[in-house]
Amino acid sequence: MYRSHVLICGGTGCTSSGTPKIIDKLQKEIEKNGLTEEVSVVQTGCHGLCALGPIIVIYPGATFYSMVKEEDVPEIVSEHLLKGRVVTRLVYEETVTEEGITSLNETDFYKKQHRIALRNCGVINPECIDEYIATNGYEALGRVLTSYTPEQVIQTILDSGLRGRGGGGFSTGLKWKFARSYEDDQKYVCCNADEGDPGAFMDRSVLEGDPHVLLEAMTIAGYAIGASQGYVYVRAEYPIAVNRLEFAIKQAREYGLLGKNIFNSGFDFDIDLRLGAGAFVCGEETALMTSIEGNRGEPRPRPPFPAEKGLFGKPTILNNVETYANIPPIILNGPEWFTSLGTEKSKGTKVFALGGKIHNTGLVEIPMGTTLREVVEEIGGGVPNGKRFKAAQTGGPSGGCIPAEHLDIPIDYDNLLSIGSMMGSGGLIVMDEDNCMVDIAKFFLDFTVEESCGKCTPCRIGTKRLSEMLEKVTEGNATLEDIDKMEELCHYISENSLCGLGQTASNPVLSTLRYFRDEYIAHVKDKRCPAGVCKSLLSYHIDPVLCKGCTLCARICPNDAISGAVKEVHHIDQDKCIKCGACMEKCRFGAISKK
Amino acid sequence: MKSLEELKAIRDAMQGQIGLRNEHNDQIRVVVGMATCGIASGARPVLNTLFEAVQSKGLSNISVTQTGCIGLCQYEPIVEVLEPGKDKVTYVKVTPEKALEIVDKHLTHGRPVKEYTISEMVN
Repeated sequence: MYRSHVLICGGTGCTSSGTPKIIDKLQKEIEKNGLTEEVSVVQTGCHGLCALGPIIVIYPGATFYSMVKEEDVPEIVSEHLLKGRVVTRLVYEETVTEEGITSLNETDFYKKQHRIALRNCGVINPECIDEYIATNGYEALGRVLTSYTPEQVIQTILDSGLRGRGGGGFSTGLKWKFARSYEDDQKYVCCNADEGDPGAFMDRSVLEGDPHVLLEAMTIAGYAIGASQGYVYVRAEYPIAVNRLEFAIKQAREYGLLGKNIFNSGFDFDIDLRLGAGAFVCGEETALMTSIEGNRGEPRPRPPFPAEKGLFGKPTILNNVETYANIPPIILNGPEWFTSLGTEKSKGTKVFALGGKIHNTGLVEIPMGTTLREVVEEIGGGVPNGKRFKAAQTGGPSGGCIPAEHLDIPIDYDNLLSIGSMMGSGGLIVMDEDNCMVDIAKFFLDFTVEESCGKCTPCRIGTKRLSEMLEKVTEGNATLEDIDKMEELCHYISENSLCGLGQTASNPVLSTLRYFRDEYIAHVKDKRCPAGVCKSLLSYHIDPVLCKGCTLCARICPNDAISGAVKEVHHIDQDKCIKCGACMEKCRFGAISKK
Repeated sequence: MKSLEELKAIRDAMQGQIGLRNEHNDQIRVVVGMATCGIASGARPVLNTLFEAVQSKGLSNISVTQTGCIGLCQYEPIVEVLEPGKDKVTYVKVTPEKALEIVDKHLTHGRPVKEYTISEMVN
């Protein structure tokens, strides 16, 4: 028995900022102080506050240490673990109040969150199946296999109103019902863990922090539709997630929670991993299945839908990681519990990966219907450096930008669609006044140009042409007519592409045109980039009154574009200037400005 | 895995471990003074005894934790029991044996062990 547990985050974010070294040091220091028998060190999944990693939480008391460095470890061990004195200087500042140290759940970041999919992340050791079982893990599977008919399982999921968390938001129960209705000797359950949106890492955190929930939910799904084999299609770029999944599958097989005759019910189910090689299009359901089959990842036309003819031509369901993570709690707590959260048509919670110009970069899970303002300003801590919020991008390359005027809209599937964006898998990138919206649209579009599989023409050639037109805008060579043509092309691509990737590829362009048309016009008519991002429309100038002739700028310029003698006004040669901005950053007199 | 009972057995066996990570507001806190003075007069065995007794009795509403010096060094080891809505009970010069008695009488049955409290020992 250990009297104290030291939980250290082993998610990708904290791992890359030093978790392994800290664990080493912790264990050495604990041994040195003779506490090996009293204190256990547990590596967990992501806590969500990635901006403050590496994170250590010490129980009892749930003291939350943030940005811990290897050098801090001896102090934590000798003060906190040995003497019971909290090391206040390392505690997450939001938890320190005048009355002492408050619970993490009282902080702005966690207060409005409601964790269902992430309930075990940061709480249990993902490599220990017993810890998962201790938090009611596999209980839902046990109940389903011993006392539910497959139809009852499907009805429960239907009643919960759960919708797919991977993008489209299709009813999960309906998907399962369709797959159940087709008779076949073999059916499949697949999990889409090919999370590829730039800036999105919800699924990775579930896989890393709570891999067993996925195995449990997929087995439940297998029982519901009558499948005996599952596949998790996971990105090879998620090495920690892949390792933990492999480990979890091995443990579940040893415990007989995967394999033959699970819970003595006569039901057999097993799960294997398939690693994706990094193609974004493989996150599209038909392309993903084609890839599992061993072929080049390209989508195929629907219908037939996967529920009828999916993997290897057999009835198949494919759900996203976060969707599965909701299944066991729905079974355990009942569909009414789930429908009590959220809005009329979007039940439950959604995980968002907060990124971009925001204070608390990280992972948050909020009830549907929370407003974007609450997410950005309260949970996210607002835009740093006193800058003004300009827009939030949701849905990755398939989504759109939401401007400040819609900040008070309650987040759910239908509301986001109505304002030209989408839920997507849950990336939420915040932009401030220094972001050029044309440049943002170009960034996301260039991503789809790169990732288009090339099978259908509207997507392969259409997105490329669209990108070239955007480039013309950013270079100041476009006309107003070009903008109209762009809009027309956007609609053409959406309507004619084969799969979701192409159908949604133009969303970033359409939504920025809808809300930030004035910025496009400024690029075209005034040959000016209002945010000062597009290099071709930018020039740096030295104010002759303010320049003291210190020569600092001339020395820092990587292209020798600045000339001038000591104590004389300097001058920038516009032909040579590469617009890197290094001189402006260095100038101590504020003499350099960009126009 | 063949039955729900088998699953429950694992869950119950793990509860003592995982239970430590549950934080409720209505929890009874047992705090052991663990500054240099406390450690020197034997607070470590007291803390460990308290912790093990609480775990083995499955008292999930009680958390055993440590604190620093409270200024009464000559009465260490000191154990305080903080129950929401009740007065704080301070035990002084606690030994592992006394600790077991405290768990039995006070923490399990709600009857403080008067003779070990500060008011009795000091007067």
